[in-house]
Amino acid sequence: MVEAAARPAGIFGWLDHFGSLVIRALDDLGRFFYIMASSVMWTFRRPFDGTEWLRQMVRVGWDSIPVVFLTCLFTGMVLALQTYRGFERFHAEGFVGSVVALSLTRELAPVLTGLMVAGRVGSAMAAELGTMRVTEQIDALYAMATEPIHYLVVPRVNASILMLPILTLIGDAVGVIGGWLISVGLFGANSYLYMERTFQFLEVNDITSGLVKSAFFGLILSVTGCAKGFYTSGGAEGVGRSTTSAVVTASLYILLSDFFLTKILF
Amino acid sequence: MVAPAISAVRSPAGPMISVIGLHKSFGEKEVLRGIDLEIGRGESLMLVGGSGAGKSVFIKHLIGLLQPDEGHVVVDGVDLTHASPEAVLELRKKFGMTFQEGALFDSMTVGDNIAFPIRRHTDKPEKEVGARVRECLQLVRLPGIEDKMPSELSGGMRRRVGFARAIALEPEILLFDEPTTGLDPINTAAIGDVINQLRSELGVTAVTITHDMGLAGKIADRVAIIRRGQILLVDTPERFLESENWFVRAFLNGEVPEEDHP
Repeated sequence: MVEAAARPAGIFGWLDHFGSLVIRALDDLGRFFYIMASSVMWTFRRPFDGTEWLRQMVRVGWDSIPVVFLTCLFTGMVLALQTYRGFERFHAEGFVGSVVALSLTRELAPVLTGLMVAGRVGSAMAAELGTMRVTEQIDALYAMATEPIHYLVVPRVNASILMLPILTLIGDAVGVIGGWLISVGLFGANSYLYMERTFQFLEVNDITSGLVKSAFFGLILSVTGCAKGFYTSGGAEGVGRSTTSAVVTASLYILLSDFFLTKILF
Repeated sequence: MVAPAISAVRSPAGPMISVIGLHKSFGEKEVLRGIDLEIGRGESLMLVGGSGAGKSVFIKHLIGLLQPDEGHVVVDGVDLTHASPEAVLELRKKFGMTFQEGALFDSMTVGDNIAFPIRRHTDKPEKEVGARVRECLQLVRLPGIEDKMPSELSGGMRRRVGFARAIALEPEILLFDEPTTGLDPINTAAIGDVINQLRSELGVTAVTITHDMGLAGKIADRVAIIRRGQILLVDTPERFLESENWFVRAFLNGEVPEEDHP
């Protein structure tokens, strides 16, 4: 039996631990950029697998509508509830519609859609590709002269980049309706005034920058899910680890990149 | 100490595959330690050895699924170790490979699995694709299961569907990773018949990993035994079975030494 190498004690032990964490993080990042660069490269090569693209667009887009709908509806509602109570204190209830619309389009709808889809689709991508890796299906693709990045990763990444902005747009609209429901239905605000205020301060750039951000989030969550799945090892346990890691890593990348994207885009 | 390889019989025709000084390690573990082997055109080579001896790692080098640390693999004149990714991809079209557990795409039907390489690499109309799928299934004695999902099949059936998929494009080289393990004698014989049929009709080169010495007599021109990452002996099935080499004798008698267990 091989004995496990003993970890050095004290400060060196911590340094050793910290060092391996840094190496693992860099390893993850390297794989992320490798998968991203490869999928960009393979996107423009034949054969173009239209059926697989469509299948992935349905899985990422159409199938995610219920979860995005509910998330954004309730976010719009709670946003209206909170701001109405707060704004009431200095008689600014009339601006609830503006706050809801701006918060949703610029920040909440893209980020929440990204996070929800990362949980729903990014994890599924990691699990699916991970299972394919441990059952030699990815090796079988190579053996059949098919580049797995081309066949598996390219449709998933592009479907996510295309569908996330559409989901975000749906989230924007549903969230505004959620805010309207609370303001008009619960607090008795004037429906016409609410909608007028909603669009009074809203600019096209608010919506488009949110959509651009969500396309980036689509790229991040799909590349993370695919990379985690693609490099899975260790059987069923490894697939479980990759799936969890895909959601956690994608969520972190989304939240971190959100700051930088907002700084650049606004 | 491992005895040097004894290559009593050279491959009958010019080499389709040449393996020169192949070394491969995974971390500290040295799996292949200098393999030299030639496999002739149309030859059927059978590779045997204990579990963990490096057979699967070796076969994956032949198709470029693994890159050697040292040495060369030359297939049909193309050195896989120096070829561009595009050239390797092109070369793989000449191969058909089966995997230990079939490696079928579980999101596709059996028919779509077999049709996958045909649709991917040819412009054949769907009617012809369907006909070829039925023909391949007929060959592995599984007619009429095109619409089933892999999850509905037994392990042996999955392996035979994997076999059907490997031959769908009529490859020049077939690699079998334990094609008959877990199959009943009738299906084992069927697989042997298919390999022989493909060899006689298309002149395919076949490399088979197996523990089934009965299959060796039926399909192999030569048998190679691998031990601790090196080829110990290469010979005809008849001479292999009569070999006096102590490890071959131990292997044939099912007495693989303790140190050879993984």
